[in-house]
Amino acid sequence: MTDINRREFLKIAGASTVIGLLGGWKAVELLAPGELEAKYLPKPEALTAKRWAMVVDVKRMDEAIAEKCIEVCHYIHNVPDIGDPKREIKWIWLERFEHAFPGQLQEHMAERLNGKPFIVLCNHCDNPPCVRVCPTKATWKRDDGIIMMDQHRCIGCRFCMAACPFGSRSFNWGDPRPFIKKRYPEYPTREKGVVEKCNFCAERLAKGLLPGCVEVSDGALVFGDLTASDSEVRKALRRHFAIKRKPYLGTNPQVYYIV
Amino acid sequence: MADEGDKVINALRETGFFKPKKMYDGGKVIVGIIILFALVAFPFLYNMGKAAKAPEPEIDTPAIKKLSKAERVCVEPRPYMKVNHMRLLTDWRDQVVRQAMRDYVGFTKKTYTMSLQNTCLECHSNYDNFCNRCHTYSGITPYCWTCHVNKPKEWAAGKLKEEK
Repeated sequence: MTDINRREFLKIAGASTVIGLLGGWKAVELLAPGELEAKYLPKPEALTAKRWAMVVDVKRMDEAIAEKCIEVCHYIHNVPDIGDPKREIKWIWLERFEHAFPGQLQEHMAERLNGKPFIVLCNHCDNPPCVRVCPTKATWKRDDGIIMMDQHRCIGCRFCMAACPFGSRSFNWGDPRPFIKKRYPEYPTREKGVVEKCNFCAERLAKGLLPGCVEVSDGALVFGDLTASDSEVRKALRRHFAIKRKPYLGTNPQVYYIV
Repeated sequence: MADEGDKVINALRETGFFKPKKMYDGGKVIVGIIILFALVAFPFLYNMGKAAKAPEPEIDTPAIKKLSKAERVCVEPRPYMKVNHMRLLTDWRDQVVRQAMRDYVGFTKKTYTMSLQNTCLECHSNYDNFCNRCHTYSGITPYCWTCHVNKPKEWAAGKLKEEK
């Protein structure tokens, strides 16, 4: 093979190039991503936002509507009704003005606020203290502002409950299943030893539905994207003066109250 | 030098060094060894030929029967699901809860909602004869079911036998 002429050399070189190209093409086909892998996707109808927020129109909210909101929320999330206030579990509940807004109490309040029940829930704070203290990242802030709970990761240390200044979190001291009166087959329950709270109906938003409480509230609850200037929440906040719970603590709650 | 070596060996021979030793309490020791072997071998001999039957999870639920033969596939091929369903479920869990992904495109390019309670149990509505068959056989108690309801429809209607 020492004396190879020009013609033979070119033949060998050409054949090698063709073989190399074929092999390379096959490798590209095999390794190309996508076709061989399963895909995870959000539902096309999912509602998305840069910053979810809720506005409570206290003037339109009466006790009947509030009770309906609470009932629906607790039904579709299998929240148990234990009865014992020491062990109670709540995602959304009623609070008197002076309890919901301590420090914002005036000497002479508008009379209509006297004894009026305020609907309260997790504020999905922009600066959430519960997230900061969670040792397992079982609770965290999503990109759209929702403070989520991952019950799979919760170890029940209750640091988040100590950190939350709004009492939005409840602990399961025992198995909640026997205390679930109305059962909803599409949502899981919780188990003994985990903390739970409102999740802004993340499971409904993912299906393109508004939170349960908003849907039955007759317009007393408004839900939307705070960063979109034409959203319902922004419109409501433009028209009315609204307050937030315990603003002086710096957690920056994202549930607004039009009083 | 060789003579000296022989001398040492002869001296040792005289002391009885190379004679076989006598076994003290030989009878008891041998009986003891036999009893030990009998005890160790007992469970194996007792259970010989009585191997537990391999479990056969049932896939004849109404929802599956409704499908045509070609459509009777899970989200991934059967051999994969047999071995890896727990990993798939863990991935689903992380994607749904932490990444807000809800849809899964399986090997047939069909889209499924990722949900143990709503999607898996829709077809596999026979928890006792499907999930539990293998789990009992292999002595596994997965703690999915402390939160996720294994028979959602019966549970919602209050018709579960386990409850009083």
